[in-house]
Amino acid sequence: MVEFTLPKNSVVQKGRFFAAPEGATRIKRVEVYRWDPDTDANPRIDSYDIDLDQCGAMVLDLILKIKNEIDSSLSFRRSCREGVCGSCAMNVNGKNTLACIKAIADYPGSIKIFPLPHMEVIKDLVADMTHFYAQYASIKPWIETESPLPADSERLQSIDERKQLDGLYECVLCACCSTSCPSYWWNSERYLGPAILLQAYRWLNDSRDEQTGERLDELEDPFKLYRCHTIMNCTDTCPKGLNPAKAIAEIKKMLLIRQEG
Amino acid sequence: MKQRKRPLSPHLQVYRLPLTAVVSVTHRMTGVLLAAGLILFVMSLAIIQDGNSSFNAMQQFIQQPFAKTALWLMVYALFFHLCHGVRHLIWDAGEGYDKLLMNYYIILELFASIAMTFISFLFVNLGI
Repeated sequence: MVEFTLPKNSVVQKGRFFAAPEGATRIKRVEVYRWDPDTDANPRIDSYDIDLDQCGAMVLDLILKIKNEIDSSLSFRRSCREGVCGSCAMNVNGKNTLACIKAIADYPGSIKIFPLPHMEVIKDLVADMTHFYAQYASIKPWIETESPLPADSERLQSIDERKQLDGLYECVLCACCSTSCPSYWWNSERYLGPAILLQAYRWLNDSRDEQTGERLDELEDPFKLYRCHTIMNCTDTCPKGLNPAKAIAEIKKMLLIRQEG
Repeated sequence: MKQRKRPLSPHLQVYRLPLTAVVSVTHRMTGVLLAAGLILFVMSLAIIQDGNSSFNAMQQFIQQPFAKTALWLMVYALFFHLCHGVRHLIWDAGEGYDKLLMNYYIILELFASIAMTFISFLFVNLGI
């Protein structure tokens, strides 16, 4: 359902302000979305003035500094700090990205950090990913085979067959793309969204998979696949430089080619 | 510890839509506008076929500056919708997804739609 405004309990209010330490010269204003499940208050924006001379180079370093030195109650997900785990996906200055591979220097003014858009918030920057992962499971993200395994080897691929997975296997399921997509905002209960569809295409495109037909049957649905209206927010926002919109178009093409027999 | 209803994180309120998204929304809006305009067009046809006096009244109405401006905006909406429609056809053929060329295509669309509107304007006003 299209809803342009936030529900009453989700409207963001002004929060606290934490000044920079005395003598700081390179100060960066950082505004962070906060919500505490243990109080009755609405979400709020807390502002922190950070001394960049005492902070690492990435956006993740900023929020780690806040948590370590200013306000330990700040919650967020992070793990690898090099863009391969997909945990620290968040909305930074209006665009989804991985905080760990986004440089503070890329933002000239203040930095505003929100959780991934149009998601249920568990606490602060931590969004509930349950539905997203359930959708991922629904496309069977593993190799499905019917033929027996070769007696003396694994299921091998040629170099060209392996190349077909480039631009797909790099996806770390951070959900930046899906949560940037207005179609996914309004229809996430039925539309699979760009991340899951890119993953679906990854398995459709795998030479070792033997259930391409069944996979296409599952996807041929007005909502699961065809809610993509090429708005292109997904491709615009992907922190790994992948192209989910193109993957979705390739699935649509496969369905069309199959129809023509 | 009581569990409260979780808030929904901000979406349209904070997301900075890229040019591609703005054009996509405009495509929708011009589509709705053109559909509504078609009804007005048929209504105006019904009025002018109703005889001399209603024809004259309609003519006077349309010659007002605001009505003329609205008409030319409709013409632009038509050409914009047409150009982005062609873009959709290219997309549906599986082409034109290069990330670096996204904004280039948009400039092309905008230029083409403005050019077509301008040519129509010359055509109507200079009787070429």
